[in-house]
This record gives sequence, C-alpha cells and structure tokens, in this order.
Amino acid sequence: MTKKNLRLSRRRRRRNAFFLTLSVFAAGFGLLWLGLILSSLFYRGFAGLTPATFTEMTPPPGVDGGLLNAIVGSLIMNGLAVVAGTPIGLLAGTYLAEYGRYTRFAFFVRFVNDILLSAPSIVTGLFIYEILVINMQSFSAVAGAASLMVIVVPVVVRTTENMLLLVPNGLREAAAALGAPRSAVIRVVTWRAARAGIVTGVLLAVARISGETAPLLFTALNTQFWSTNLVQPMANLPVVIFQFAMSPYEGWHHLAWAGALLITVTVLGLSVVARILESSKRN
Amino acid sequence: MDGREKVKIDVKNLSFFYGATQALKNITLPIHDRKVTAFIGPSGCGKSTLLRVLNRIYELYPNQRADGEVLLDGEDILHSRQDTNLLRARVGMVFQKPTPFPMTIYDNIAFGIKLYERVSRSELDGRIEHALQRAALWGEVKDKLHESGLSLSGGQQQRLCIARTVATKPEVILLDEPASALDPISTAKIEELIDELVKDYTIAIVTHNMQQASRTSDYTAFMYLGELIEFDNTEKVFTAPTNKRTEQYITGRFG
Repeated sequence: MTKKNLRLSRRRRRRNAFFLTLSVFAAGFGLLWLGLILSSLFYRGFAGLTPATFTEMTPPPGVDGGLLNAIVGSLIMNGLAVVAGTPIGLLAGTYLAEYGRYTRFAFFVRFVNDILLSAPSIVTGLFIYEILVINMQSFSAVAGAASLMVIVVPVVVRTTENMLLLVPNGLREAAAALGAPRSAVIRVVTWRAARAGIVTGVLLAVARISGETAPLLFTALNTQFWSTNLVQPMANLPVVIFQFAMSPYEGWHHLAWAGALLITVTVLGLSVVARILESSKRN
Repeated sequence: MDGREKVKIDVKNLSFFYGATQALKNITLPIHDRKVTAFIGPSGCGKSTLLRVLNRIYELYPNQRADGEVLLDGEDILHSRQDTNLLRARVGMVFQKPTPFPMTIYDNIAFGIKLYERVSRSELDGRIEHALQRAALWGEVKDKLHESGLSLSGGQQQRLCIARTVATKPEVILLDEPASALDPISTAKIEELIDELVKDYTIAIVTHNMQQASRTSDYTAFMYLGELIEFDNTEKVFTAPTNKRTEQYITGRFG
C-alpha cells in the first residue's frame, strides 16, 4: 500500500467510526424513550392491575372497581369494526391488485385510500358524529364501531393489495391457462398464496384501532355502567383511560394505568403474531 | 406441408403488438394434429409470444394486441366472441418456471378438473391418478398426495404442472421452455413424456435447446426478429435448411 492510500484508508476508517457512533447514539436515544415509556407503563400498570380489573365495572370516584364494561365494550366495537371492515377492505384491495390494476379508476381509488390511511382519526370521529350520532340523536356503540371501521378499511385495502401484488404473475397465468375464470383464479390461487400477508394486515388493523381515542370520544362516548346495547353509549378502554387519567382521583389513575397496560400488551401481542405469520410465509 | 395430415391449428397472417412494438410479423404456419411442433430462435424472436397467442393468455395484460387469424379446428380463436376460458380449457399450457399452486398435490390437479366437470370423489381420485401416471409422477407422489405441491423438487413440480394440464383433457398442450429450469435428468424425463403425450395431444413447444427440438419434434419453426424464417419437417430443418440464417442458428453460429 502506498503512503497516499494508507492515509486515505485511515481517514475513511475515522469517518466510518464517527458515523457509526452517531448512528448508534441516535438509535439508543430512540430506544431510551421507548424503554422509559414501557417501563413506567409496566411498573404502574401492573400495580393497578388486580383480579377486580376484569370482574368489576368502572367505579365512581373514591370507590374500588374494575374495567370489565370498558374491556367488553372495546372488544365489541373493535370486533364489529373488523368484521364489517375486513370484507370491504379485502374486496377493494383485490379489485386494486387483480381487476383494476392498470386502470385509471384504480389509480384514483388508491390515491383516495392513501389519504384515508393517513387522515387524522379525529376527523373520522367528527365525520361519523355528523352522519350517525346527530341523526340517531344519541352517542352509540354502532357509531363507535363505524368510526373504527373507517380506520380499518384503508389499512386492509393497502395490505391486501400489497400482498396480492407480491404473488407472482406466473401463478395467475398458470391458473388462467387451465381455463379458470378470473374469480376462480383469485379465490383459489392468489388469495391462498397471499393468505398469511392478508391476515397480518387485519391483525395490524386491529392493533391500529385498539388505542384510538379520538374517534370514540365523538361517537361511543362512555358509560359508567354495563351495557351491550348497540344503540346506546358504550364504555371502552381508550376513552376510560382518557377520562380517568385526567381526573384528580387516585383510584381512577390506577385503573387508567391498568387499561393502558392492557391495550399495550394487546397491540404488542398482535404485532408479534403478525411478525410470526409474515416470516412463516417467507419460508 | 403434408396434405394427408390434419392441421389442428392454422396460424394465418398473425401479427402481434406490445403497445407500439411489433413482436410478430405476419406469421403463417400450420400446427399438425397429434404432432410435436417446435419453435426455435434466439431470445426475443417472438416464439414465446406466438405460443401465448394460441391460448390468448396475453390478454391478462393491457396493451397487447394480436392481428390476423388463428384457426383451431377451423374456428378463429381471436374472434372476440370466443370464450377465452373455454379456449384455455382446450389449449393447455405449461410454463418455463414450475408453478405449483399453494395447495396439496391432489388439489393442484383437482382444481382444473372441477372447473368444468362435476365428478364424484372416486372418479376424481381416478382422474388424478391417471393424470399423475401420464406425467410419470405417480410412483414418486402416490404416498404423499395430500402434501403441499411446493414440497416437490423442481423437476417433480414441472411434471405436476403437466399432470395438472393433462387432467383437464385439453386437445392441445403448449410448452413454453418446459425444461430450461431443470437439471439434465429431469429434462430427459420431460422429453420422454412429450414422446408419450403426443400420441393423444397436439403439442407446441418453445425451446432454446436445439437437441431438444430435434429429438422431440416432428416439425420445426425457426423464428428471427418476429418473423418466421423457416418451417418444415424437423429432419429437413436440421439436416438441410433452406435459409442461411437457419443453418447458422442451428449450427450455433449466432443466437
């Protein structure tokens, strides 16, 4: 190695070390906050978590209680949103990837879907408030589920389309070459090939709506009581957390932490399952 | 060509366009009933494109257009009233890359059968066994019919694809470089299979492999830059080609 090359190589190594240090610090800085958030959440959340959390209703101030009505309410509304939103998202995503892939209309739909995907959820809540809550003259679980559905649909559309686009055209050609009509090609071959990815998308949509508060504030609102009536206000974890955390009462604070922990663990669990599904598909 | 042999597919003045690019120029040739017709020529000469017109698989994509006539048993398949799905049930196709569907070996074959026929379970079992036997795969998979088709080796997957095509009882089988992704032993098996299948089916095969064309086919078409340069008995094309380009290509001097 000549002297000049040696100097050059030393300078490069110095630079490399410098940027490596910067990157490691930046990554560490981000992880630090996540660690702080999670550790305080787990510390305080587990402190607030008791068996009563799962068996008793949300209490009035100063009384012990649980989150049962809020947990059940969240399950009902999330469930309704996913059950209603998944078929719409699945079919729309299928249209974009299979039937309309090269059309102007699909280009337009894709564009609108991207806007919807990044629309602030409070806007979604206000929209459902305008068209459902005002017309029904009551806050209701249906309205809550509807506003969550509006968030589910674009997520499922996007992942379904992306997963179907990953299916090689060779499979479509092979199925079509047997004389299969388009619908059979999609139902039997491409959906099946993309199944793990599509399920992952639905799980991520559930994770996405689990913590949404703004759309529920305007729609399902909240109730202190046990209610499974879909046209009445319904308790749910995010709004309970919001109200209890803002209150001056110690007991409510504990429950808010416990609720936050429940949501976080749910989202974490869903993400882990989604990751596992995704990697199993690749192998 | 030989007037005594029945022509299964008659290609007349066929031109093909990818957008504004012309990929086939005025091709006219016959494909004889229950004979193997091989299409050879350098990459990009249009031989695969021609094959993809014969079952109109190109229509899956936008901006692709065929002009001219392709007569299957005397009927023009390019005519817009032709149902493409029914056409593809009559004219099957096997691709270069093996394409097993993400399901069991059994279901891979059952899929095509169930598209057009209602068959009892026992009849279906029989049809699937028969198809696998015709594709010389039965012995290797008879104990694992309910395992994924993706678990097979590349050569086995390709024979599964052939079995799948045979099971739907087509009249014509199009083979688009069916052995180019396979090892020599699998290739030999596919070639044996072609010799066997041609007793019942009309076969058109695209290949880059000159020996394969001369071994397996009865007729050979040499194409170059979207034009049909020479078409004749395989023996004639390989021993006494009339065109200089054909001779250069089959002797390996270009392509």
